[in-house]
Amino acid sequence: MTDLTKQSPLGVYVEHLNKGELAYQFSKDDNKAFFYPRAIAPESGSENIEWRVSKGLGTVYTTTVVYYKGEQPLNVAMIDMDEGYRLMSRVEDIAAEQVKIGMRVKFKVHPGDDKALPYPVFTPAGDAK
Amino acid sequence: MSGLKKGSIAVVGAAESDLGLVAQHTTPVDLMAQATMRALDDCGLKLKDIDGLFVAATQVRMGPMSLAEYLRIKPKVFDGTQIGGSSFMTHVAHAQMAIQLGLCEVAVIAYGSTQRSVSRAAASPREFNPYETPYRPILPISAYAMAAARHMHQYGTKREHLAEVAVAARKWALLNPKAWEKEPLTIEQVINARMVSYPFTVRDCCLVVDGGGAIVLTSVAKAKTLKKKPVYVLGIGETLSHANISSLPDFTVTGASVSGAQAFKMAGIKPKDVNMLSLYDAFTINPILFLEDLGFCPKGEGGRFVSGGAIAPGGKLAVNTSGGGLSYCHPGMYGLLVMIEAIRQVRGECGDRQVKNCDVALAHGNGGVLSSQCTVIFGSENTL
Repeated sequence: MTDLTKQSPLGVYVEHLNKGELAYQFSKDDNKAFFYPRAIAPESGSENIEWRVSKGLGTVYTTTVVYYKGEQPLNVAMIDMDEGYRLMSRVEDIAAEQVKIGMRVKFKVHPGDDKALPYPVFTPAGDAK
Repeated sequence: MSGLKKGSIAVVGAAESDLGLVAQHTTPVDLMAQATMRALDDCGLKLKDIDGLFVAATQVRMGPMSLAEYLRIKPKVFDGTQIGGSSFMTHVAHAQMAIQLGLCEVAVIAYGSTQRSVSRAAASPREFNPYETPYRPILPISAYAMAAARHMHQYGTKREHLAEVAVAARKWALLNPKAWEKEPLTIEQVINARMVSYPFTVRDCCLVVDGGGAIVLTSVAKAKTLKKKPVYVLGIGETLSHANISSLPDFTVTGASVSGAQAFKMAGIKPKDVNMLSLYDAFTINPILFLEDLGFCPKGEGGRFVSGGAIAPGGKLAVNTSGGGLSYCHPGMYGLLVMIEAIRQVRGECGDRQVKNCDVALAHGNGGVLSSQCTVIFGSENTL
């Protein structure tokens, strides 16, 4: 049960990121992972939800390169996590144009700052299973 | 029998406001009001005849109130459903409900935007999303770009196929005196234009201009007493699949597969019966996805379907004869203008770009990031 006067879904997610973990939720009634974090499970409406920590491995589902004037090209991608949910993120450590659909990637934390919460980013994971 | 009935209401008036770049300090409601009067003049009705008012806009939070205040009218039925660019197709469905139930008789759907004058960022600020905003996608462009990238990966669609859509739109626009773009465009020019969000260059993206429109709908009985031949609403379908692109399960399949099937079922016709399509082309991938999802070609074949000028003037299927959001006009939420072109084609008012014997026209609206999909099929009296 989520008591929203005590704890929010995004709050728990950020606590995990602050510990270097990518957390996601699992609906025990639906036997299904879901993302983004919610107070109730989608479809069933169940509150029988478990927080889990991801192993951090996923595959690029689709990708784009964003061109802001005066900046290096920026990657934006959708990552299908091995645990069965999807999130928007960015693949770092390689040129934005080199991020390809089907590429295996692994999670790391972007720490955020005074203005922004920490958030997950990814780096190439070779052929990690 | 319950539900919306084929041909129970008709469009009797349709008009654009001034389009393109409006004078400084023009407001979105100025444009709505101007278009409303033009649409009323089109059918011979007066302001006092309006008893249903349907408005959505990004710059006017409570549209029906603002337009009713401006015009000093007191509609009995009003609706401000805001689901992005397809809001107006949904308004048609809601107007049909109200007219069928006898809650109102003359419904006006209106829109206005000054996004070119005030900038897109000012006209349509985006909500903060902690799961997307940090990655700085250019929304909505990057969402559609990722759909295009997946379609290319999965089905072998090429950037040339995307460019075909922009080139076809431009060829139609050159036949439309009201179109914003006036110069020819080639596939090479589309591909070599400034890249915005791969695989889209600026020429894969819709225009950012000012504009608005209005349509007038009424009961069949009243429609037959007015100036122009009624254009009947034969079928409507609508669906929502997500709000943020991260929650779209399959980036190559849109809700048009749901809304289209609903609209065809209500109309009792099939894609082969459609003479002309008006598809919300916010980006070049959109018509490709919608042609597939509405049943005009198999899934994955949209890119090959549009190649060789197939949807351009003289091609095998007339699509976006106005020049579309890509080359005619895109004032932010373009769905109302999508319908106005379909209505005019059924009336036979399209001059050089008129599709011969156009009895059935399909207008498909898209909102958000492929999020809301609404299809309206219009027909002439011959189709009832």
